[in-house]
Amino acid sequence: MSATLTEAQTAQRSPPASVHCQHCGQPSGAERFCCAGCAAAFETIQGLGLGNYYRQRVLNPANRPPRPESGERWDLARYIDTDADGVNTLILAVEGLTCGACVWLIESVLAREPDLLAGRVNMTTRRLRLAWKGDTARAYRLAAQVEGLGYRLVPFDQSCLRAAEDQTGRALIRALAVAGFSAANVMFLSLGTWVGLTQNMGPATRDLMHWVSALIALPCICYASLPFIRSALAALSRGRTNMDVPISVGVTLVSVMSLIETMRGGLHTYFDSASTLLFFLLIGRVLDHRARGKARETAQELLMLRAGDVSVLQADGSTRRCRQEAVAPGDLVLTGMGERIGVDGTVARGETSLDASLVTGESLPQPAAPGTLVFAGTLNLGDAITVRATATGNTTLLAECVRLIEAAEAARGRFVVLADRVARAYTPAVHVAALATFLAWYLALGRPAMDSLITAAAVLIVTCPCALALAVPTVQVVVTSRLFRQGILLKSGTALERLANATTVVFDKTGTLTEPVLLADSSDAQALAIAAGLAANSRHPLCRALLAGSGAAPQLPGVIEHPGLGLSLLRDGGEIRLGSRRFCGLTGSAAAGPELWLVRPGAAPLCFAFQERLRPDAAATVRAVRAIGIDVLIASGDAAPAVQQAAESLGIAVWHAQQTPASKVALIESLRAQGKRVFMVGDGLNDGPCLAAADVSASPSTAADISQTVADVVFQGASLRPVLTVLRAARRARAAMRQNIGLSIGYNLLVVPLAVAGYVTPWIAAIAMSSSSLLVLGNAFRAQGKLRS
Amino acid sequence: MNVLVWLILLSVFLGGGALALFLWTLRSGQYDDLDGAANRILFDDSAAKRDEV
Repeated sequence: MSATLTEAQTAQRSPPASVHCQHCGQPSGAERFCCAGCAAAFETIQGLGLGNYYRQRVLNPANRPPRPESGERWDLARYIDTDADGVNTLILAVEGLTCGACVWLIESVLAREPDLLAGRVNMTTRRLRLAWKGDTARAYRLAAQVEGLGYRLVPFDQSCLRAAEDQTGRALIRALAVAGFSAANVMFLSLGTWVGLTQNMGPATRDLMHWVSALIALPCICYASLPFIRSALAALSRGRTNMDVPISVGVTLVSVMSLIETMRGGLHTYFDSASTLLFFLLIGRVLDHRARGKARETAQELLMLRAGDVSVLQADGSTRRCRQEAVAPGDLVLTGMGERIGVDGTVARGETSLDASLVTGESLPQPAAPGTLVFAGTLNLGDAITVRATATGNTTLLAECVRLIEAAEAARGRFVVLADRVARAYTPAVHVAALATFLAWYLALGRPAMDSLITAAAVLIVTCPCALALAVPTVQVVVTSRLFRQGILLKSGTALERLANATTVVFDKTGTLTEPVLLADSSDAQALAIAAGLAANSRHPLCRALLAGSGAAPQLPGVIEHPGLGLSLLRDGGEIRLGSRRFCGLTGSAAAGPELWLVRPGAAPLCFAFQERLRPDAAATVRAVRAIGIDVLIASGDAAPAVQQAAESLGIAVWHAQQTPASKVALIESLRAQGKRVFMVGDGLNDGPCLAAADVSASPSTAADISQTVADVVFQGASLRPVLTVLRAARRARAAMRQNIGLSIGYNLLVVPLAVAGYVTPWIAAIAMSSSSLLVLGNAFRAQGKLRS
Repeated sequence: MNVLVWLILLSVFLGGGALALFLWTLRSGQYDDLDGAANRILFDDSAAKRDEV
């Protein structure tokens, strides 16, 4: 949490005349608030006596909170679900929810509403659930109250939501609970029976124990083995085999054998083994499912942004709300302040500034005027504009990107994970061993068919891969959570294995390897001090670079930030402005590199030019990555000299300049065709396709949202070091997975001869199975300890 | 012998009760918002309390 400040700390650091908005914490010049919306939200919160919120919340300076808006922008009534009792339910996504205090604030406000049945925020999924009886129009009032606090609400289509719910995960946990119940109870009964075998327990008591075990275990086994049997049947119907085939065969055979033994009044039954086996296997499955969960959520959020309503301007001047898909190219779409533009198109009327971070990754507001191209998913921060639609629904850039992500996910699904590769060899081996045991006992030794079958079943039980099922997911979960605490998010369960196999890293240059820096000879000292004083009020990357380039400059009070344009300060002599060429009232074509202009009364306009500079730790990271045997190359859209210079100073021999998104993808394809495994690190929207095309990919958390969604790894902070960290962690994880698989196969080699010889009784099977699972779990946590050091 | 029957019935009943309780907590969505639950414990007034539907 180093990047976050509590309100108390912020208050200590700020001078008494705060330059940060009291509501959202953004720079606000000399004012208490940065905008009227924040002032209103602050008043509302204080007026309700909920000022405690400001003391409890945790602000993250890196996230710009949404600005409070107002007005009915959504046709909420359409999203309300009314059940038979007349209870209306509405589910809204809450944007701007940052911490527990936000949950408290929203719920406290809603708690004052009389006879509201539910007003509860789910912090994990960032959704607000409202339920009330009666008038559906009340939705607008309730939503307006929450929006008045400074949050932005987006309604969810409930049918869409139900489809996306994690049914599989829940079914797995239910099966796990049932298997656990059966394992615990049957084991109690079995312990009694095992002790009874040495203490002269009567056959009647033993049979009773076996019957009770059967009554508990059989229904539970039927239920808990369903996930495995379904998956095994699906694999067999496609003519393949997977780990679930021996599991299903083993569990079924053992249960049927034990039932027959119970009816015959035999000595041993294996109900406990079958239950415990399923219990351990399901733990592995649940962990596995959890490790894969994150990617699903991200794609869902993107889809949600797509599912909004738009206002279409009719010929007679009135507006009509309709779904995005219903808009025809050429229609005029009205987009109000704080609304996301629903279509791709060009601005027809109005001037505003837009937040295009979702689409382009540019975190600063962009000015838009008639003729500007805009894309679906862009947020309108300023006045209302009219957009002439050119692409709608499934043809927008956003929809294209969602399709791209889905295609990439599907392609990655074909990656054969380590555990499945082992399973392919393991399954036939186990079944052949069991069959050979049966034949040897029945034909060669001439034993009764029943005894031979029991021995063969024992072979299947002890080889059933419960340690193998835990081997990979435990390591995945342990390493993923360890990396998460270091600010590195792994979004895909198989990313670790794909990272460990990487042989080549391809870096994008601009924004990934480099950052902007002030050209030293660009100004005289006095002007620089003034400019830096202004720049100290802003978090714009160029302002930060200017401040860093000027040494320490005192922050000037009273500066007003004009988002997307620049900064201004009123002095006795007139207005000082720092910002873009246009903002400063200058004409002329833009320079090659990024620049800031300073205009002062009575002085000539001054230009601060910036150039891209390598990140401080880029060279060290590149060296360390090469040291672990991985090739490094650069693919950049920049001109050749700039790329060559960067490559030479980093000691990278292979670089490609003037790359388009398509040629980057071609480059990656050609590398893969040479048998290399490509790890792509990039941040811009133009990197999206090659991030998806690479075997595995990473983006900094400052990248375009779309790049982050495509990338397998998202890392925080300005440093490149996470690239190295994640590669090392992946290799250690792969080593731990291999050790685990080795351990579980080694254990099988040890006990299979015992089982073939007919010495494995139920209690030996139980001990062997549990101890091998614990061994594998212990080894996974050992990998965590290593990562820490 | 009689005591055995009672004990077995009792243990199965207790285990089944725990299972039913767990399935109920799962169904009523108590594991849907683990982040929220971790933060809710820090809210120190009862303004947000309400019977949920």
